[in-house]
Amino acid sequence: MIPVTETFLFSLLTGTFVGLATGYIGSLMVLKKMALVGDALSHVALPGLALGLLFNFDPFLGAFAFLFLAAVVTWHLERNSKLSAETIVGVLFVLALAVGILITPEPELLEALFGDITKVGLIDTVLTAVISILAIFTTKIIYKKIILGIISEELAISSGIKVSRINLLYLLLVALIVAVGIKSIGTLLVGVLVIIPAASAKNISSNLFRYSLLSSLFGVISSFFGVLLSSYVELPAGPLVVLLGTSIFVISLFVNKILS
Amino acid sequence: MVYTEGNSDHILKVSNLSVKLEKQIILDNISFKLQRGKTLSIVGPNGAGKTMLFRALLNLVPYTGKIEWNGKVKIGYVPQNFSVSEIPISVKEFLAFKKSNNVEYSFDSVELEEKIQNKRLNVLSGGELHKLLVAWALKDNPNVLLFDEPTTFMDMGSVEIIYEMLNKLEKERKITILLITHDAHVVRDYSDYMLALNKKMIFFGESSKISDPSLLKEIYGSHTILSRHLH
Repeated sequence: MIPVTETFLFSLLTGTFVGLATGYIGSLMVLKKMALVGDALSHVALPGLALGLLFNFDPFLGAFAFLFLAAVVTWHLERNSKLSAETIVGVLFVLALAVGILITPEPELLEALFGDITKVGLIDTVLTAVISILAIFTTKIIYKKIILGIISEELAISSGIKVSRINLLYLLLVALIVAVGIKSIGTLLVGVLVIIPAASAKNISSNLFRYSLLSSLFGVISSFFGVLLSSYVELPAGPLVVLLGTSIFVISLFVNKILS
Repeated sequence: MVYTEGNSDHILKVSNLSVKLEKQIILDNISFKLQRGKTLSIVGPNGAGKTMLFRALLNLVPYTGKIEWNGKVKIGYVPQNFSVSEIPISVKEFLAFKKSNNVEYSFDSVELEEKIQNKRLNVLSGGELHKLLVAWALKDNPNVLLFDEPTTFMDMGSVEIIYEMLNKLEKERKITILLITHDAHVVRDYSDYMLALNKKMIFFGESSKISDPSLLKEIYGSHTILSRHLH
């Protein structure tokens, strides 16, 4: 039995909020066919974290600055490049990961890559909760507009939706939630949490309401039980969260087969 | 884009419209007028600028020249391309994106059955999907409908049903319809006027002229593309 300490509760709460927000916000990423972007985007945070560690400022701010820049670059490429956005983003973001690994001080490298949820305090928990809730509400406001833009950009624009602006806002929300998730899950794996719950939900959803609900729920289940399990087996939470998420995905494939 | 108030019979007046994108001329000096409650077919080979004309009419692309809509104009738009295969969304949810209580009315107009409301969009047939998009376009009572004909996954039967429906809408609701089509039969039987494009304007006038082989040759460079539908 694990003693229910303050740190343990903070970890569980932080994990749950990160799972909820990545699950809900990520549900759009999968529909926009930007799964690779979602994953690769998180890698960009590493050089930012490294700069924070090297120059003694909050690594979270460094990570967010880099993620913010990456979101704007992705948005710009999506609009203006004739090459596939996924190709360019894949190349650029893996470069960021390589540079990040080279400049991150070695003692902190493992934590930066995989996170350490046991170091989450009260302020981190409150900040995670507030940012997650705000990001979820903002995404809810633009959710239908983004879906209409995916169905037909012309239909969306002719209905008065500013598709380009909304896409930028959405990518910034993804960047924000990835930045928040880095502390608990790490830069290497938080991007995956944006994708796996949504991919699982998509396998077993016949409507949008169910899809976004299940995606959020799978995000919460993966994170909550991943953090819980990490306390029992004393392993990093990030990989366990991803393992649970992948297990749900495999189950969803079977359920999909049975349902169809 | 100009919106004017006047008693003119013309709902749309396009003068010297040109669209240039990335230094390429897409539309060159197009001028035509359309009366309220009439149907205009837009024809031309692939890449002639037909869809671009719609985009200009919807103010989605920069253009030179003048587009004047006369009176209160509400445009419903049915695009040619849309992607629903990967999205888990029901018919009911899709229709709810547009705020209006007109679901039954728009469903009746396009002869869609109420029971499909809980179906996922990607299980609908091509014909049902296009009817649904027309229902969506009609939901907030437009008086102009822009219909970009699908070139894929529509069988001849579905095409016929869609155009019968558009014809009925024109008569019952006095909707002005602009449609892009590749089908001479549609131009002849369901339209009042025809605009033939190939970047430049080749012809504007009565739709019956579609049966003129020399005009067809001028538009398409051969007789073969449309003639199969003329019998």
